[in-house]
This record gives sequence, structure tokens and C-alpha cells, in this order.
Amino acid sequence: MKHTISILVENEYGMLSRIAGLFSARGYQIDTLNVAPTLEEGVSRMTLTTHGNDHIIEQILRQTLKMVKVIQVTDMTANAHVEREMVMLTVSARRGEERQEVMTLVKIFRARVVDVSEDALILELTGNAEKVEAFIGLLKPIGIQDIVRTGPVAMTRVAAIRAQQLCGDDEEFSELTLNEKV
Amino acid sequence: MKMRGARILLEALRCEGVKHVFGYPGGAVLHIYDELIKHAESLGISHYLVRHEQAALFGAAGYAQSTGKTGVALVTSGPGGTNAVTGIANAFMDSLPLVVFTGQVPTHLIGNDAFQEADLTGITRSCVKHNYLVKKVEDLAPTIKEAFYVASTGRPGPVLVDLPKDMTAQEMEFSYPETIEMRSYKPQVYGNPRAVRRAVEAMFEAERPVLYIGGGAIAAGAHEGLRSLAEKLNLPTTCTLMGLGAFPSSHPLSLGMLGMHGGYWTNMAVNNCDLLISIGARFDDRVTGKLSEFARGARFVHVDIDPSCVGKNVACDFPVIGDAKVVVEQMLEMVDEELAHGAIPAPRQAWHDQIAEWRRQHPFWFKEEGEVIKPQYVIHELHRLTEGRAVVSADVGQHQMWTAQLYGFDEPRQWVNSGGLGAMGYGFPAAMGAAVARPNDTVVAVVGDGGFQMSFNELATVKQYNIPVKILVINNGYLGMVRQWQEQFYDHRYSHSNIEVAPDFVKLAEAYGVPALRATKASEVTGTLEKALQTPGPVLIEMQVAREENVFPIVPAGAALKDMILA
Repeated sequence: MKHTISILVENEYGMLSRIAGLFSARGYQIDTLNVAPTLEEGVSRMTLTTHGNDHIIEQILRQTLKMVKVIQVTDMTANAHVEREMVMLTVSARRGEERQEVMTLVKIFRARVVDVSEDALILELTGNAEKVEAFIGLLKPIGIQDIVRTGPVAMTRVAAIRAQQLCGDDEEFSELTLNEKV
Repeated sequence: MKMRGARILLEALRCEGVKHVFGYPGGAVLHIYDELIKHAESLGISHYLVRHEQAALFGAAGYAQSTGKTGVALVTSGPGGTNAVTGIANAFMDSLPLVVFTGQVPTHLIGNDAFQEADLTGITRSCVKHNYLVKKVEDLAPTIKEAFYVASTGRPGPVLVDLPKDMTAQEMEFSYPETIEMRSYKPQVYGNPRAVRRAVEAMFEAERPVLYIGGGAIAAGAHEGLRSLAEKLNLPTTCTLMGLGAFPSSHPLSLGMLGMHGGYWTNMAVNNCDLLISIGARFDDRVTGKLSEFARGARFVHVDIDPSCVGKNVACDFPVIGDAKVVVEQMLEMVDEELAHGAIPAPRQAWHDQIAEWRRQHPFWFKEEGEVIKPQYVIHELHRLTEGRAVVSADVGQHQMWTAQLYGFDEPRQWVNSGGLGAMGYGFPAAMGAAVARPNDTVVAVVGDGGFQMSFNELATVKQYNIPVKILVINNGYLGMVRQWQEQFYDHRYSHSNIEVAPDFVKLAEAYGVPALRATKASEVTGTLEKALQTPGPVLIEMQVAREENVFPIVPAGAALKDMILA
């Protein structure tokens, strides 16, 4: 099963390579990966997607959390969350019917046109993976000349965080669900 | 006072209480070596010049393994660092606290393919607990503080600090941080009390329990607590290869070592237990054999400081994350409470009787053959003559397993060897480190002729510093364990495992100025060992042993424990 994992790290020399190295050394897959700074200086967030059975995912979480400069690891898939990825596409759109068709899709999907030329458009779309896939699928027959995708970033829904806080820590075996070094 | 980075490094080592460093100089670390000789006295640091960087790492590892103190190695950039990699990987697999300083080309040359440049933080990333590249001289002291802290706490391991040459040349004020606070590194020491209680309840209920102790118990210093626990609850107790000595092998409750070359009775006990209480062990494949067949009727208690170890190989019923010593103390408190309230452990006499019966059926044995020296006999005599009190450092292979089976370790940190990585060439340099660390103990390196030929360059080091290692070469002219597998599992095809073309080990030692003795007959073993043990300083003993002796029992790779081959 696909899992989206969010990792908060001290943004030190070689951090990305450490995480990527852990995955390759232990035979785990990284399907997509995003890294960007957070509000806190020196701290970055990585969002990656991976897949595997429960045992593998559990090992991934623990092995990742074990790394000395990792602050927090969260399996976003375990809770209600919002996922978004972004895609940019260069689509052929000659004047006339073709361009009309593309523009209709842009409207339906609430995509944006970010560049226009004689016979092509660059489109930008954000959404979850399904939406992005659908958009790509509909544009394919028209002619996609180039494509760049980010892979998802994710955030836990506010209600899910509140619910967790209300429950408090389940004391029993909380160490096994522990995702933060406190 | 302003001082060079090189001096700051050494002052930091002094602040960490480092007394011994194993190293090898080279271009990128010359500033450090310069400060080292200038301030040797005020620093109180003895440096041991090895003859190959790998031995610096193995020496530091032997130092750490025999004491629990953090071992320190210092090597140069490029080949110095790459030669150290095996030693780093070894310390990583066996959770030994090491801080390794490597030289690096100056910061402005990094990435330029400069002379003796290698990306050491990159190369070692997968076999260190953590590593650092120091890019600003003001980071130097805090980085060293952090390196020692990370290496020695939690699950110990090697930490590498890569030092570009300009970082050791630039000057600044030295001040060493007194405390350290790391947001991203906080090992969990105390076990969750509810989890501990559930584990203790299971220990009372079990009718066929086995206490299974690993190297983590030694790292934590849990041996005394474990002994009380075993005695209070009457628990048959086995140690892994890395855990030997954490429970006295001469204790009536001791089952000796389990696993691939464990005793028949030990493996049968583990195979048939209803509760396996694992303290600081990691259910390694050499311990479990075929996982799906491993202790099928048992529930598992697993105490480990590393959460990623729990549930990694076997599903665990009673996980406890925490320091083995602390958790065992928590357990003891609860056990005492329960006993005071009149709780009685489930009756276990039948279980003890069964295990004793298994032991009676198939004890360790070997066939004596006149004047042919049996390697097992050598280990037996070594135990007798050292009264079981020597620090024994083995290399890797058959002699390692015979020593593990037969030496009978009663104290933790008496047993030094490369368990996880299984690195040949470890035994002798590691013994050197142990002898430096424990000058008042007899230190014996039990090595094969194969592993010794990967490390005998260190004869020069033990000669130079008069390090009193007794080097016991068990010479059978084969890579014995490889040959045994080829005999048993490859239809006697001894493919490239015959190493009878070898130096005359006695002459070799003498060429280095190290006294040497040889025994070729069984009747000479005792006298030769006695003489060697009485010889001050380093000495080599060559035992020309039976060429094709096998280690038994053996659980074939991937087979279930109960399917061990007994002879």
C-alpha cells in the first residue's frame, strides 16, 4: 500500500543523502520526494511517498526516526490528511478547436495557463494524485510535449490533530507509536 | 588563548578523558600530529602508531569492547579513511562506541578530486551512527562534544568527524561545551512501566521460559541485574555470541551460546520454550535460523534501546523500549513486589530437567586423536591455564566458534570479537586495543592462520609499544570455516580455501623481534601455553592443529534451529 511520510529534519550537510541512503541500503522504495525549508531556520521538511506492507512501513518509520538528525516522522496515511501535488505540462494548442479544447479542460480542472505561444501552452495544475492523473489522461490525446510533476506534499487535517490532542497519549506502548523525540 | 584547530581537537579529547588514540599520520592530519607531539605531556594522551589504518579502527574497537569506553582513532584523508571503513562498519554492526577522526583536503579543494581526497562522509554514511564534516573552525569543539555524546549514548556506535586540513590550521579561542542538548537525538532510557509490568507478569506465568541475552546487555552494563533476575525467577539463560560473559557461563542456570553453533540443549530449549525473554539482542539470522520455525510456541519479550530492532525480525508480544540495565532494574523492582505479595513463578522443574536431559544427550564433544592437536583442546587448556579470567579476542572463523563454545566466559567484556560484520583480521589488532585498555589483565588473541595473515603487520606495533598480547595462532592451513562449509554443503570441493602456503609464523614473529613458540603435538600444548603465558610482553604461539576439524553442532544456513547437525 502507498504511504505518504513526512519527515522533519535538521537541515544539515548531506541530510537528503542520508535519508535517501537509508532507503536504498535497506531496500525500501522512494516513489516521490519533496524537500523544502519550514518556518524554523535550519529545519526542513521532507515529504516522500513509498509503498510496502505494514511491517515494512513500520520499519521505515523507525529506521528513519532513529537517524540522529531526524526530529519527527509521521505516516500521513495513518490520519485524515490533505495531499497536493503539482504538475506543469507543455501542451500543443494550435489556434482553433485544439486550443478551445485545452482551455475547456483548464477551466474544468481549475488549472492555470502560465505560458502561451503560437502553438503550445504551458499549464499548471495542483491537486491530489487522482486529479493530476485524470488531467494528464485527458490531455494526452491532444498532445503533451513535456511534463514535470512534483509528487505530493501533505498536511494532517486540523480536526485530526485536535482529536489526537483530546485523546491524549495512549500510555500503553506509546513508545511504539512514538514519532517524535521528546 | 587562541589556538589552532588541531590543538582544539586535542584539548577536546583531553576534556573527554581520552587517554589512548590509535592512528596513522598523513598529509591532511599533519597539523594534528604536530600538536600531538608538542603537547603530548600536558594532554596525557598516548598515541599508538599502527601499521595499517584498519588496525587503528580494530584497536579502538577492541579497546571499546573490552572496557565500554569510547575508542578513538585518527587517520588521514583519502586512503587513510577508506582503509578505516571496514573497522567503522564493524563497530556499527557490533554497536561499539568509537569516535573516528579523518583528515580531509582543505575546504576550498573539496570536490576537486584533490590529492588524497575521498568523500568520507558519503562513503561511511551507511555504516556510522552519525558523521560530521567540519566546515567552520568554530564548529569544531561543539562537533566533537556531540560526536562523543552520540557515540556513547543510546545504542552505541561509531561516529566519524571529517576534518578538512584548514580547519586544523585556523585559530580561535578554545572553549569546550559542558552540556549538550540535541532536539533530534533523545534515546529512551526508562521502559514504559506498563509494558515492563506485562513482561514481568508473563515471566511469572511461563512454564518454559528462556532468558536470551545479547550484546546490548553488555553495552548497558545489565549483567548484575540479569543475574538477579535469572536467579529470582529461576530462568534458564542463554547468551548470544555478542552477549557471552553477560551471564556467567559457570552459573547453574547458564545454557551457553545459542544459534548456528550453539549447544544442542541450548537450541532445543529455545526451540521449545513458551516465553523467550530477549534483553539487548536482535534476533539475528545466525541466532534464529529459519525465522518461521524459530521458537514457534513462544511469546516474546523484547527489551531494546533501539525501537527499530523491536519487531524487525520477529513479531513481539511484550516490547519494551529502554536501556537494558534500567529496564532490568525496573523488572527486578516489580519482581520483588510480586514475590513480596506472595506470587510464585509457575513450576519449572520439569523444564530444567528436560534441558539437562538434552545436555546429557549431546554435550559439546571432540574426538582426541593421539598426538594430533585438536583445536578444541587448545581452547580448553587456555581456559584452564588462564583460570577463565583472560580477555580473549578472537578473529573470525572456526577458532572463534570453538572459543565461544568452550572458553567459558564469566565476566562481561572478557570476550572481544567481530560478531555482526564477521571481519577477518579483527582478532589481533583488537587484542592490542584491549591490552592497552586493560594492562593488568592477560590478553590473548585467538586467531586463525587466515585472519592472522590479514593483520600480522601489527606485530611491529606490539613490539614497538611492548603491548603484551599473547597471539595464539590456530594453524590448520585452511580457511577453516569456508572449508567446513565446502565439505558439508559443497560436496568436499575445497575451492580456494587451502592456504597451506604460508610463512613460518615463528620465524615471522621473530623477524619482528617478537618471541615465538610452536606446538605440533598434543603433548606439547600445555607446556607451550604455560611458557607463553609466563613470557612478559608480546609473544606468538603457533598451534599446528588437525587440518580438517569441524565445528559442531551446526545449523545449516536457512535451516531451523532444531535441524542442527550434531557431528
